[in-house]
Amino acid sequence: MQTRYLKSFRVIISLFFLVVSTLIFIDFRNSFSEGFISSFLFLQFAPSVVKVLQVAGLSALGFLVILLLTMLFGRVYCSTICPLGIFQDVVSWLSVKLRRKKWPYRYAKPHTVLRYSLLGLTVVFMLFGSILILSLLDPYSNFGRFVTYFGKPVALGLNNWVAPMLVSGGVYTLYPVTLPAIRWEVMLFPLLMLVLVVWLSLKYGRLYCNTVCPVGTLLGYLSRFSLLQIYIDEQACSKCGRCDRVCKSSCMSFRDGSVDFSRCVACYNCLKICPDNAVKYSARHGRKISLIDKDYLPSPEKIDVTAKPAENPVVDDSKRSFILTSLLVFFGINRFARAGTDDIPEPEQDTTIPEKKNYPVSPPGSVSLKHFNSACTACTLCVGVCPTHVLQPSLLEYGVGGFLQPHMDFHAGFCNFDCTSCGEVCPTGAILPLSVDDKHVAQIGVVKFERENCVVYTDNTSCGACSEHCPTRACDMVPYIGELTIPEVDESTCIGCGACEYICPTRPYRAIYVDGNPIHKTAERPKTERVEQEVDYEDFPF
Amino acid sequence: MKRRDFLRKSVGAGFVAGTTLSFTGYNKLFGAELPETDTPYDLVAVRGGEPEAMFDKAIEAMGGMGNWVKPNQSVLVKPNIGWDVIPERGANTNPGLVRRVIEKCYEAGASEVVVFDHTCDNWRRSYQNSGIEAAVNAAGGRILPGNDESFYRDVKVPQGRQLKEAKVHELVLNTDVFINVPVLKHHGGAQITISLKNLMGIIWDRRWWHRNNLQQCIADFGTWRKPDLNIVDAYRVMMQNGPRGVSEDDIVMMRSLVISPDMVAADAASARLFGAEPHQIGHIRIAHEMGVGTMELENLSIHRIVV
Ligand code: SF4
Ligand code: SF4
Ligand code: SF4
Repeated sequence: MQTRYLKSFRVIISLFFLVVSTLIFIDFRNSFSEGFISSFLFLQFAPSVVKVLQVAGLSALGFLVILLLTMLFGRVYCSTICPLGIFQDVVSWLSVKLRRKKWPYRYAKPHTVLRYSLLGLTVVFMLFGSILILSLLDPYSNFGRFVTYFGKPVALGLNNWVAPMLVSGGVYTLYPVTLPAIRWEVMLFPLLMLVLVVWLSLKYGRLYCNTVCPVGTLLGYLSRFSLLQIYIDEQACSKCGRCDRVCKSSCMSFRDGSVDFSRCVACYNCLKICPDNAVKYSARHGRKISLIDKDYLPSPEKIDVTAKPAENPVVDDSKRSFILTSLLVFFGINRFARAGTDDIPEPEQDTTIPEKKNYPVSPPGSVSLKHFNSACTACTLCVGVCPTHVLQPSLLEYGVGGFLQPHMDFHAGFCNFDCTSCGEVCPTGAILPLSVDDKHVAQIGVVKFERENCVVYTDNTSCGACSEHCPTRACDMVPYIGELTIPEVDESTCIGCGACEYICPTRPYRAIYVDGNPIHKTAERPKTERVEQEVDYEDFPF
Repeated sequence: MKRRDFLRKSVGAGFVAGTTLSFTGYNKLFGAELPETDTPYDLVAVRGGEPEAMFDKAIEAMGGMGNWVKPNQSVLVKPNIGWDVIPERGANTNPGLVRRVIEKCYEAGASEVVVFDHTCDNWRRSYQNSGIEAAVNAAGGRILPGNDESFYRDVKVPQGRQLKEAKVHELVLNTDVFINVPVLKHHGGAQITISLKNLMGIIWDRRWWHRNNLQQCIADFGTWRKPDLNIVDAYRVMMQNGPRGVSEDDIVMMRSLVISPDMVAADAASARLFGAEPHQIGHIRIAHEMGVGTMELENLSIHRIVV
């Protein structure tokens, strides 16, 4: 096979991965099945590594496939499967097109110390049981957050702009969707990362991948030993320098014919561009492969000190307008996602007794706060698939170590009794899959009832909204005064789904709410008695 | 008051304030004369059969679907699809019945039959797992979303005592014929839920009702718009733990069906099937007092069929 065509091949595969990954995170209509999502994300490297620490089994072994691919072909994960990597390529491509810059890149030295320090920090934190650094730096999780926090509101805004026109014409193919708004504090860090990633890719190609990304650094280290590598055949090379200028990793130095393959993201731009067919991609020719970067560096006298990475007057403008756009999107966001469905009017009387919640509530299947906090990379995939939107990103509800990890927000929604979606899609094993039967008794928290906040107590009118929504009858209505009934709760059968808290109309404090279980428990199954009733089909009682 | 007069008065505000309405029904509501239905009975009750067969008998006894659905009219069929549970749990209207009702509408010449509910559980899951989405599609109808505020229009409830206004799904305003297909079951908040209570699924702001005398609000809303026909599914009846139910232990196979153009009469007869006296059920009693319909079954012409 002609190696020049590798680039087109790579572009097609990578666009497929980028588009599907984006759609999976945008999907506010729940059109993808959980099975499809989890098999599609099987190959995502960091989640898969985390998952293998949680569960044994084939479903956790995607990272082995990636390791194998890397040992054979180099960092093909970075060029075709990693959504953040491909996203950067798209940004760079656009900037190159807009700037009409034919030769955007230049060889540059690696930031060896920085990249290995960040990888080391990530690993050390994980050894001590904290996933924090990985979740801040992991490309897949960052990409997930970008789409959820910035892409989805735009898609939703478009949908909610077009849908009413169609609906008023009697067409319901698109319909308006209202999601609970995400707090702006939660979006700050993702916004910062988005700015960083976009800025780096506008200016330096894949510098993020070769400096910040722990996955890139790890796979880069391994790719030095890969079977196929890119190298320059010095006999054939006419030193035109084109490969050097199209290398988005800045790892190709045509002057001394060296390639720092640890930084090569297997984009194959150089293969395509070389007029002499001097760039080769084949098994190592017994060349000495050094483990230290400096062996690949051009010798000092060869370095062209004036050769800085692409100098460009337009860069600043595009940077500025980018920041402007992001700010607009950022502040406009709460308008796209119209506020939640809190449609009750101001209550006549404010409730006075504050809710006493001791623990946050982690999603069903997440075993315990400890398990969840040590395995969730905050990619927000579960936030997107949760049909009731009860799963919302946290800020510091779990403490610093659980930064941005999703929690059960019972003011945004309540957990659907028969739903097991979040556990089915979670790629890191932070939320483990539950069967529907196990889910029915997975107690993630327990109900607390504050009688003196309840409408029945304060207003002497009937309500019972909580009991109506309770799937287990852990919240039941018992006789109160006259014909009135008032809730009575049973912690042993409560599963902490939050339906009662969600629907309870009292404000500012709810009369009924859920306190998290730091370690999830198994609830008792509701005791029901079979209704025994003879029916006489001939008899009409009227 | 004739139905169209009533509509003109009470819905008027909603139409003026509302957005573009393009259903054919829109014009008809204002222009064409609606037929005064002439039915042989006030109420038909059937026992002992499958939902489809019972409905066939009942509608035949009532003189056929053509009494309500004229050629080229658009029809709204409103079942109870409140919960994400399977049909065996009896929390939603029987899908087989929904399917047959839609088929009969088309046989009578309906131009289009639409179905929706403002569900309590997630609507996509409820539509699917209730079996009703499949039933509607099989019958050639359209099942549409009801869980976004943008579908709802403000209407006045001039005769309401507690409830003075509500937000009603535009499909109710835009279709010619409104067929209410509730399921009979126990209800923790409203004692039992049948036709009157099923209308809580066509409004948006129902949490307000809960906070402001639920039984009165349900009856009040009955004065706003009476469905043209009520078809009560009492095939699998949830006798306890309603409205959601906990397991199939809550169910009694009642194998019954009640149809009537009068919601209050349909509810009164269904309450009796359930084992309750109509006047004991707050919203039925109040609706009767307010003249929404009658719960005095003795004064009605009732046809009883055993299958
Ligand atoms: S199980 Fe609960 S939290 Fe998880 S996706 Fe379903 S509704 Fe959301
Ligand atoms: S959290 Fe509330 S609604 Fe859910 S099971 Fe417990 S008492 Fe019932
Ligand atoms: S929903 Fe709240 S106010 Fe209503 S009965 Fe339950 S606890 Fe009381």
